[in-house]
Amino acid sequence: MAELLVKNIRKSFGAVEVLKDITLDVKSGEFIALVGPSGCGKSTLLAIIAGLEKATSGTISIRNRVVNSVAPKDRDIAMVFQSYALYPTMTVRENMMFGMEARGVPRDQREVALKRVSSLLQIDQLLNRKPGQLSGGQRQRVAMGRALVRDPALFLFDEPLSNLDAKLRVEMRGEIKKLHQTIGKTTVYVTHDQVEAMTLSSRIAVLNKGVLQQFDEPQKVYDHPANMFVAGFMGSPAMNFIPAQMTTRGETAELALDGGQPLKMKRKVALASSSAVIVGIRPEHLTHATASAANTLTGIATLVEPTGSETHVICRIGNSDVTAKFFPYQAPKQGDTVRLAIDMERICIFDAKTEKALA
Amino acid sequence: MSDAMNLNDLEANGEARKRLISRIAIYGLLGLFSFIYIAPLVVVVLNTFRSNPEIAARGMMAWPNELRWDAWPRVWGTYCLNGRCEGMAQNFWNSVYMTIPATIISTMLGALNGYILSKWRFKGSDTLFTLMMFGVFMPGQIALMPWAYLLGTTGLNKTMWGLVLVHVIQGISFTTLFARNYYVNIPDDLIKAARIDGAGFWRIFRKIILPLSPPILIVTVIWQFTGIWNEFLYGVVLTTGASQPVTAAVAAFSQTGQTVREFDIMSAGVLIAALPPLLVYLLGGKYFVRGLTQGAVK
Repeated sequence: MAELLVKNIRKSFGAVEVLKDITLDVKSGEFIALVGPSGCGKSTLLAIIAGLEKATSGTISIRNRVVNSVAPKDRDIAMVFQSYALYPTMTVRENMMFGMEARGVPRDQREVALKRVSSLLQIDQLLNRKPGQLSGGQRQRVAMGRALVRDPALFLFDEPLSNLDAKLRVEMRGEIKKLHQTIGKTTVYVTHDQVEAMTLSSRIAVLNKGVLQQFDEPQKVYDHPANMFVAGFMGSPAMNFIPAQMTTRGETAELALDGGQPLKMKRKVALASSSAVIVGIRPEHLTHATASAANTLTGIATLVEPTGSETHVICRIGNSDVTAKFFPYQAPKQGDTVRLAIDMERICIFDAKTEKALA
Repeated sequence: MSDAMNLNDLEANGEARKRLISRIAIYGLLGLFSFIYIAPLVVVVLNTFRSNPEIAARGMMAWPNELRWDAWPRVWGTYCLNGRCEGMAQNFWNSVYMTIPATIISTMLGALNGYILSKWRFKGSDTLFTLMMFGVFMPGQIALMPWAYLLGTTGLNKTMWGLVLVHVIQGISFTTLFARNYYVNIPDDLIKAARIDGAGFWRIFRKIILPLSPPILIVTVIWQFTGIWNEFLYGVVLTTGASQPVTAAVAAFSQTGQTVREFDIMSAGVLIAALPPLLVYLLGGKYFVRGLTQGAVK
């Protein structure tokens, strides 16, 4: 059953169209990440789902009920804001009770819900404090608690971790994941952080300039990006793009890379016998070549960046700079000539003109 | 070693002397300005305790020969103003009955307007706000004739409610400006969160906006209270005799037909008229300064 159905949503602010025909079908219990660079329309889409913004056209359905003209409070949703939006003059307890009071939930039920959620999130000790007396992580927890006491059909998160420092962010990310596994509520989570999207979600919707680029499971989005935008956005360091000429001969295809030896691969796509393509290679699929390696590229190491666990080496190959990942003990020095082995099974081929994936 | 220490001590002494001189200069200057500011008040206060012949004989600025309190009850209850020998008590209470409701109503309306114009924007709300701001820059005299006509035809000129209405309307631009500019700094996310929580327009106003408002409400109340209390033009034009506010009574001191000006009476009357705004400042002044600079330093 579709818990949330976003259908052909368009949104314009004046002459600017910020959402262009977005369709998403979210199943019960799913954790959907809306991800994209700033200004891609992901927060607007979330606001439309919440009812805080009106769509120009298209429909939003929650549990098979079209909610376009339903007020936010009657959509059976709860939302966690980037700024947490805790009511500053109220204690944590009052913050969490506010929604239930507004809805006229009986007092004893309110207390039960408060107890359940505050022990789940371990904020029992904070109930009588004001938001100003809480740390960032505690505020984050209270904001989630305020959403949880409602027991809604749909949870909406608007970049909830972006105000936390790096360490706390990773910690809270884990907690959100655990929480979702515990309560199993359908969730839509907006983030600009592709790592958050990868780690948390069951499916990722990648947006760019108001257009849905791809909507699939995290690993599939990572391994088989639908186009060059998704390929470049997901993963860090970003995927390398090298222009090449592809020639197909029977079951094999040959790639003549700009400034490299011809590479042989299994033919994946039906193409004209010769066409201009962009080869996408993730840094982890481009590494130290053993003497016997078949498909290799040769270049000059121009920058060496050790991260501890691995070393990123930026190499000049022909007219392109590519990033390769090395084990630290195999890493070259700056200025060295390096031979890089390509994992041909895992490369992506994009049409040079449309930038869409060919495989 | 000891030479170096002596040198340091000398330098330290020099520093200390410089500090002392600058302190003396600062406090001397502050003292001088304080004196200039406070002298007129002292003169007025002292004159309330002096008899009129004594003031006439020795001039306005002198210490009282003896402490006389009778100017206070006289100006309050029996002094003759505009032919009525009832003092200024009635005028004082008129001002109280006018200022308190006008202040409360205009402040609440301003808060409500500010809430709507900042958090519930609608098509044209910014234009409406701009139009309302004309009221801030418009001199009160411009509206005097229309008000006189309106109050005259509705009969409101016979009661204090006429002036209450005038001051509420005339003040609404300022109170809206204050509240709106304060509320603009309250994050919109709070309103969104409350809307999702199920709160409506009034619940959000009462439970979220108003509890955040004391600083700006206090500023607005002080502003309105002093402004309305001290207002003279409308008071004197739109009302007559026993229904005039205290400012009109104070003005009447200089128009009494007597040849001798009674400076002791005038001094006491002026002080009585100035007391309420002074009290409001004393009670809320701390917030006034804080509130006016709200948003300047975030």
